[in-house]
Amino acid sequence: MDRPEFVYVTYIATTPEKLWNALLDPKVTAKYWQHENLSDWKPGSPWEHRSADAKRELKLVGKVVESAPPRRLVLTWAAPADAAREQKHSRVTFEIEPAGDVVRLTVTHERFEPGSEMLRSIREGWPKVLSSLKSLLENGRPLPRLW
Amino acid sequence: MQVFTCIFSGVDIDAVLKAIANPARRRLLDSLRARNGQTLSELGGHLDMTRQAVSQHLERLEAVALVTAVRRGREKLHYLNPIPIHEIAERWISKYEKRRLETLTDLRKRLEGEDHG
Repeated sequence: MDRPEFVYVTYIATTPEKLWNALLDPKVTAKYWQHENLSDWKPGSPWEHRSADAKRELKLVGKVVESAPPRRLVLTWAAPADAAREQKHSRVTFEIEPAGDVVRLTVTHERFEPGSEMLRSIREGWPKVLSSLKSLLENGRPLPRLW
Repeated sequence: MQVFTCIFSGVDIDAVLKAIANPARRRLLDSLRARNGQTLSELGGHLDMTRQAVSQHLERLEAVALVTAVRRGREKLHYLNPIPIHEIAERWISKYEKRRLETLTDLRKRLEGEDHG
């Protein structure tokens, strides 16, 4: 069985519903990620990751594989240049579980091509994005600009 | 799960720092950074530690979420979870300082000729 390349966990003092919304609502992702995640979030639908500034630059594309609000979201994830090459698409799973009075968010990122450029940027990216998400939900303030 | 719920809402800085104060546990984290997703016996083999020592250290690291374990089939795989350290760093390092510190770290790495993290 394939081993995922990355598994990130963070505990956030919020509700599963608010956390789910924070992953999908472009107005919220713009605050802590400086990007918008755009889709109708139905299984099989495409999704896009665009910069939330005036350029609206397309940074990532993929498909919604599974969507079970507010617990589990599975997406494929690729650079726009690789949109048509599915073997280059990695896969991200968000799992949201209540843990006492907080919520545990697990982000699993897997199925990278060996030596993938994406893998290197992911390693820097997720800890920043998830810390900023946590800060926004808990304190109402995201971290300063990430990128 | 119960262990986490009492420790966590924010990062428990004392617990995280105590966890990384131990050199054997830092070696485990280094080993996972080099190769994420190792089993207990793989970690023990690379680091020349007994299975029991590895298991105890991993437990401490998991309790503060510096390591995350997932089951795949019959294997339990361990992952470096840098988020608590990132959160601790963010508490004291503003974005401007971060730029400067990154520049200094890059410079140091270049002068020393190796990426020692």
